[in-house]
Amino acid sequence: MKRKHRRLMVVLTSLGLLGAAAALVLTAVEDSLVFFYTPSDLAERGTPPDTLFRLGGLVEEGSVRKEGSTTHFRVTDLNQVIPASYTGVLPDLFREGQGVVAEGTLNADGSFIAREVLAKHDETYMPKEVAEALRESGQWRDGATQQ
Amino acid sequence: MIAEIGQFTLILALVLAVVQATLPLWGAARGDTALMALAGRTAIGQAAALLIAFAALTHGFVTSDFSLAVVFQNSHSLKPMLYKVSGVWGNHEGSMLLWVLVLAMFSAAVALFGRNLPPSLKARVLAVQAMIGIGFLAFVIFTSNPFARLSPAPLDGTGLNPLLQDPGLAFHPPLLYLGYVGFSMAFSFAVAALIEGKVDAAWARWVRPWTLAAWTFLTAGIALGSWWAYYELGWGGWWFWDPVENASFIPWLFGTALLHSAIVVEKRDALKSWTILLAIVTFSMSLLGTFLVRSGVLTSVHAFATDPERGVFILAILVLTIGSALTLFAIRAPGMKGGGLFSPVSREGALVANNMLLAVAAGTVLLGTLYPLILEALSGGSAKVSVGPPFFNATFGPIMVPLVIMMAAGPMMAWKRGNLRIAAPKLIPAAIATVLAIVATFVLVPDGPGLAPFAMGLAAWLAAGTLAEWAGRIKLFTIPVAESWRRLRGQPRAASGMTLAHLGLAIMIVGITGSSAWRTELITTLVPGESAEGAGYTVTLTEVTRGSGPNYNYERGLLKISDEGRTVTTLTTERRFFPIASQTTTEAGIYTTILADLYGVIGEPGRTPETANAWTVRFFVNPLVPWIWLGAMVMVFGGSLSLTDRRHRVGVPRRGRVAKAARPQPAAAE
Repeated sequence: MKRKHRRLMVVLTSLGLLGAAAALVLTAVEDSLVFFYTPSDLAERGTPPDTLFRLGGLVEEGSVRKEGSTTHFRVTDLNQVIPASYTGVLPDLFREGQGVVAEGTLNADGSFIAREVLAKHDETYMPKEVAEALRESGQWRDGATQQ
Repeated sequence: MIAEIGQFTLILALVLAVVQATLPLWGAARGDTALMALAGRTAIGQAAALLIAFAALTHGFVTSDFSLAVVFQNSHSLKPMLYKVSGVWGNHEGSMLLWVLVLAMFSAAVALFGRNLPPSLKARVLAVQAMIGIGFLAFVIFTSNPFARLSPAPLDGTGLNPLLQDPGLAFHPPLLYLGYVGFSMAFSFAVAALIEGKVDAAWARWVRPWTLAAWTFLTAGIALGSWWAYYELGWGGWWFWDPVENASFIPWLFGTALLHSAIVVEKRDALKSWTILLAIVTFSMSLLGTFLVRSGVLTSVHAFATDPERGVFILAILVLTIGSALTLFAIRAPGMKGGGLFSPVSREGALVANNMLLAVAAGTVLLGTLYPLILEALSGGSAKVSVGPPFFNATFGPIMVPLVIMMAAGPMMAWKRGNLRIAAPKLIPAAIATVLAIVATFVLVPDGPGLAPFAMGLAAWLAAGTLAEWAGRIKLFTIPVAESWRRLRGQPRAASGMTLAHLGLAIMIVGITGSSAWRTELITTLVPGESAEGAGYTVTLTEVTRGSGPNYNYERGLLKISDEGRTVTTLTTERRFFPIASQTTTEAGIYTTILADLYGVIGEPGRTPETANAWTVRFFVNPLVPWIWLGAMVMVFGGSLSLTDRRHRVGVPRRGRVAKAARPQPAAAE
């Protein structure tokens, strides 16, 4: 096999592979992109029921209530508030007054059913989106969460 | 005082790095041996200086010197000694100091053990290493100085993040850095070769052990991190396709490709420019990983407080390093003549396919990881998205299938021109094992996901194919056993290492399949003494006791797990509250058997007086999960065994001879 042929083969197979990978990526991206919304975003635009998305904000002070293994709480960006609930063991750093990012869906009555509450490793960590959401709603105190 | 010595040696290291990055390079260009010899000395001096700096910082942590800002922020006098020491790298400043220390240690290792390297190559490799060193030393000194003082000194520290107070995580960062930063060696060798304009079999032979060492450390580091996430985070999962995890996995994938393509350069003198490119890309991905983790541009479940300003500095180093290396590559690579030709069906052909698949797989992981950033930039910041596990499962999984199928067949092919008719019969045992595994899985677990039996078949294919190739090499059962034993002992360790590493992956696939396909879980609320049924067991919360450890208070729940009245085990799970950090952590109770992990955690009790004794209990049955870490251990063992191969150290012939000797070597076992 000549060098030219070999190179052509390699190029063709790589192109084929890349094409297959691109097809995989395109089909996968469609159903696995998860958008991030703040309570204000939801109030403005809304979202169809049963689409998975991430909700971020602060856990409102005094809103956490346990009912069996389900925890009810409210997520706020200090403009709008969304009632939320989660069934299971919450991450250790879930606390009132702290930032939270949860993944789940809206049900018919407009409350958020979290499938997963994202954990953090660090007390002072504020998810980037939450920080920006608070900044947008004008409630961010810069430097308050920076180490 | 001791901290000032550390500060001084840190700056000294930067000065030495500047010398090491310039004079030897000039010396190599002019053929001045004295200037070239300077590289080795400065490399050793730089490593020694950083070792002193690191020791000074460790001293600060061990003696709880709270006049140092990092010690104040990340330590506490009540903390156990192990975590005072691991606290040195459990924070941004200290971990970056560890980063540059590891980089300098690798340079020093080249200076000490690279006696058989041609002086000009050695000088250039060390100079390139020093350039990376300058970037990161400047980063440490100017943006993240670990020796910054506080005045007046506080009385006590604020404590290390409790999640990091764990033996698994104490050793995870050093191992990960040895891997990440170890790829800088391959990068420096590649850039040095581009400067020299010479890539040959001898070059590949010098690069391989460094790449292999980095790969082995990285494998161990990732596995340890995943194991920690599994038992410490209390969600029963071990991999989340999270940006921080991907940041370590992408260099691993490229590094694995590099490991294999370097074999082709060494044995067959082909794939040179590709290998050089891979070496550059692999280390670039390590830098990108450092950037992603340190800058916090992506929301991660493993995120720590980060500082965007510092991210910009690392980004600048990243752009400069990748940009200049790729420019050099673009200038020099076209001049590199490829060597031996080969047919598509051959060992080289299989290794090329391996490289393509690994690179594409790494590319999809990279795309998925950076996609949120790209989309946010394109939409002007309004669209915030995250890419979750479904994306990675749908793209990465299918690319791995052909790779694993080929992994069994590749080592059986001959170099240059393979013959499918000769290789095919050798694969019969693997085919039989695959069918058996698929049927057995269908019969044993009929109600699982439909793809699971095929994944088990894939693992069986790889394991049986690898073992068959190994049996063929030592002629097991075709000659007397004693003779086979003698052949086994005569096997090059690199060959046995390959067998083990491939076998380790097969074991890992079994674990991944088991834990993702057949995991069952029970979430309920129990009052002590109460039981619940679920996940095939009866779970009883026998009691909850309260007490205190060295620097925390705990609530300890005992979960009795029984199967049809027979007690299997009692899991001990704790919720630990660290008053200094006012943070809670979970310790999962895990009962491990070869077939499954029984995994239980307790959550918060209710908040009202009547539910104050009702605890949330989460119980998982994670089938085959221990196989994941067993597989990783086998892979690491394979890598280490291969590293001890004497061919990596002695018997590296001089340059001229090796180029010729490399060609007539059709059946070297590798």
